Amino acid sequence: MNHVELRRGAYRDSVRLMQISQALTGTPGVSAGFVAMATPLNVDLAAGMGFTPPPDATANDMLIAVAAVDDESLRAALARLDVELNSTPVPGTSGTPIVAPRTVGSAVRRLGANLTLVSTPGRYAFADAMDALDAGTSVMVFSDNVSVAEEIRLKEVAAQRGLLAMGPDCGTAVIGGVGLGFANVVRPGPVGVVAASGTGAQHLTTLLDAAGVGVSHVLGVGGRDLSAAVAARATLAALDMLDADVATELIAVISKPPAPDVAARVREHARRLATPVEFALLDAGEPDLTEVAARVLRRIGAPVPSTWPAWLPPALPAVTGPAIRGLFSGGTLCDEAMLIVSGALGPVRSNIPLRPEWALPGDLRADGHAMIDFGDDVLTQGRPHPMIDGRQRLDRLTAEAADPACGVVLMDVVLGHGAHPDPAAELAPAIAAVRVPVVVSLVGTASDPQGLQRQASLLRGAGAAVYASNADAARRAVELVNSESGHG
Amino acid sequence: MVDLAAEPRIVTAGVSLLDEALAAQAVAHLPVDWRPPLPGTDQELARVLGDPRRAAANAVAAERMLAAGATLVDVLPAAEVVGLRPGEFCHAGPPITWERASGPLRGALIGAMLFEGLAGSPDEASSLLAGGSVPIEPCHARGGVGPMAGVVSPSMWVFVFRDEAHDRTSWCTLNEGLGKVLRYGAYAPEVIDRLRWMSAVLGPALQAAVRRSGPIDVKAIIGQMVQMGDEGHNRNRAGTLMLLRDLLPHLVDAGLPSTDVAAVARLIGGNDHFFLNLVMPAAKLQTAAAANIPGATVVTTMARNGTDFGIQVSGTGDAWFTGPAGVPSGLFLGGYGPDDANPDIGDSAITETAGLGGFAMAGAPAIVRFVGGTVPDAVRTTSEMYEITVAENPAYALPVLEFRGAPTGIDVASVVRTGLLPQINTGIAGRVPGTGQVGAGLVQPPVECFTTALSALASAAPPM
Repeated sequence: MNHVELRRGAYRDSVRLMQISQALTGTPGVSAGFVAMATPLNVDLAAGMGFTPPPDATANDMLIAVAAVDDESLRAALARLDVELNSTPVPGTSGTPIVAPRTVGSAVRRLGANLTLVSTPGRYAFADAMDALDAGTSVMVFSDNVSVAEEIRLKEVAAQRGLLAMGPDCGTAVIGGVGLGFANVVRPGPVGVVAASGTGAQHLTTLLDAAGVGVSHVLGVGGRDLSAAVAARATLAALDMLDADVATELIAVISKPPAPDVAARVREHARRLATPVEFALLDAGEPDLTEVAARVLRRIGAPVPSTWPAWLPPALPAVTGPAIRGLFSGGTLCDEAMLIVSGALGPVRSNIPLRPEWALPGDLRADGHAMIDFGDDVLTQGRPHPMIDGRQRLDRLTAEAADPACGVVLMDVVLGHGAHPDPAAELAPAIAAVRVPVVVSLVGTASDPQGLQRQASLLRGAGAAVYASNADAARRAVELVNSESGHG
Repeated sequence: MVDLAAEPRIVTAGVSLLDEALAAQAVAHLPVDWRPPLPGTDQELARVLGDPRRAAANAVAAERMLAAGATLVDVLPAAEVVGLRPGEFCHAGPPITWERASGPLRGALIGAMLFEGLAGSPDEASSLLAGGSVPIEPCHARGGVGPMAGVVSPSMWVFVFRDEAHDRTSWCTLNEGLGKVLRYGAYAPEVIDRLRWMSAVLGPALQAAVRRSGPIDVKAIIGQMVQMGDEGHNRNRAGTLMLLRDLLPHLVDAGLPSTDVAAVARLIGGNDHFFLNLVMPAAKLQTAAAANIPGATVVTTMARNGTDFGIQVSGTGDAWFTGPAGVPSGLFLGGYGPDDANPDIGDSAITETAGLGGFAMAGAPAIVRFVGGTVPDAVRTTSEMYEITVAENPAYALPVLEFRGAPTGIDVASVVRTGLLPQINTGIAGRVPGTGQVGAGLVQPPVECFTTALSALASAAPPM
């Protein structure tokens, strides 16, 4: 049955009425529902649906037309109509919704940012970093697995715009006292650092902090910056920025072994700066980081500690094997330990070998001295960095202790922002359970969130010999295996 | 040179741990709500984002869009403005053939053949069109725009628009009213009769009024209508009345028969969408100003022919990037329902391309129920569009957003990076030729328009 009525002076806007029509048509037993202001168009539409609108309808009247299968359905439909017409829309729950920024560029514009920290997966990181530069900020690319070509493009674009591109694979920066990525809470002071090595920068700045000297800024440049391809593009820019910075009185440049001609170019550039520059370019014959810390202290006229802090247990387990096994989360700390150990004991096999012929096989196993950088790109694909999640290293510690050839295990523990909230709590039980000496280099400051003293005490309590100086730790490992084999 | 002494204000994208470390240090920071880009696009995105021309090119595109003017300068037959010769037609959207044309486009072409006297019956018109001897091409290819089917024939009159800032002209047909109309694919005798009246009376009357009034700044009217609750695509009520207010004295003064003046005023005043046909050419001038800038990733056209959705992008010139047009979801007139709906059709998405329509939804509370129900939803829709655009248009200020300018200049790269597609408000045409309008609602472009455009932009970028 067809029902048609006019309601005069009952205006609703057309969108609302289309909604109501739709609701009516969805009522059981209703084959067609049409509620609309009775404009000529709508009167025609109603006629087209088989209704007979009253001839006196005007555009100011509401036309209601319902086709229902029976009286009951019609009554239900008209009841529904009244409910719909009288309902007030539910207001938004909390006023204006806020849409979070979905791209780096959008976020930069919203915050008025001057720096962007990109840690998206490597295949996307370049686009996000370029967006940051396009939006006018310097960028720190924490992500790894970014191509060399992309790295060069980022650094060239940054240079054109007077910005700094740190990274990729830049783990550490401190800018204006703010730690980015993996960064220790160091006191403010006169030393600026340019670092192609995140853990190297962390180690140098924590040693300086232990000696009472602070830093102005730590500018990371990424581990490949001093390679032949990247040609120190970011290092040279960072040197100029620190040279122009009034808070910086001395600059330290840290890198794993650089390409020789690139190193020469950086040294030449540094000579032309007003600010003195110390180099820590880890290589055979170069000073270790502890020695660089001492040189920096001497050069700014600060006292050099006669010994660096160490937390030593009453006794270490007996050394029963000839080999040192290093399990590192920081690549530079691994490099430095390998330089010291290989200088004293000969070849050290590694996944980041000092010489190509010292490379570890795919299973990362060797009979003699061996050191693994668990933070290497290859080992971090698809899993968290070992500074955040130490389980992979724990498993390896247990495996090394079971190897009769293993005499000493050397490890690093890095504190600070971004790192595991309590690494000693994770490591100590594993150290206590093994029967080989464990020597730890502990990189941190008293102000770090994890607490340097507490971490050191936990590790020493588990039986490890703990050193603030990575070089001291490596030398102690050498001493231990030498004394056992009667050469000490 | 970076000022290291400036207080760091840091944006983070990626692992939340690093963001938490900044929070622990009480540093001004803002995390990006980062999600992976559309699948399979990472290498092309890197090429496009790595294009050193891009930032400056997009800045120029935005600057030109915002500087473009839009003045109604005349009303003339299409033959004089578009250069159409007898037997030639324009249509909406990317290029298409009769074989692939949808019902409403076919219906409109049939109607235009009848209107031009090139066929005596719909059947004759169909067979002539199917024979392939009738040239058709996009309105956009001739610098203009057509609503819905967008069919333009030489005898139809068009609004003529000028952008003096960039010395460019655009045009659009006159709005026929509602119901059974050619643009929705209807071609019944009353449709043809109305077209004849428009050419004989409406066009000349508007011409006389516009020539008496002098150029009308339509961009200014759009700015006002946006503040009065129109988004310029599905709602043009305030704009229509402001235009009528401007034209009416000149219509009266033009010495036309009073019955004609009344008929023209009745047509304009009785059709809230009359002004859409003026918003569209204004939007076309704005987006065309940003066209053909090497390296720019800004969308300059979004248009549909009822079969394909197509976009054009500044850095890739006249190339169309197409995908299948979606069927709008929305509300339906009278007894019509989703089964009656044709896939998305019309050049009217030029309004969204220019930052109006779905992009200005927050400013049109009266129609928010088309886009999901509530005013906060409309505000969210507009807010999301800011995430995929390169500029904000201060000429089109949105009061509800503290008069923030409408989001303007869709960035292909941002669409692909965020997966947020442009929101389009639109009318819905009947699927069957001759039906007319069946509803109105919302639709989004197919994602492949943007991924194929990204590929072309990547190919055009200098090697890394």
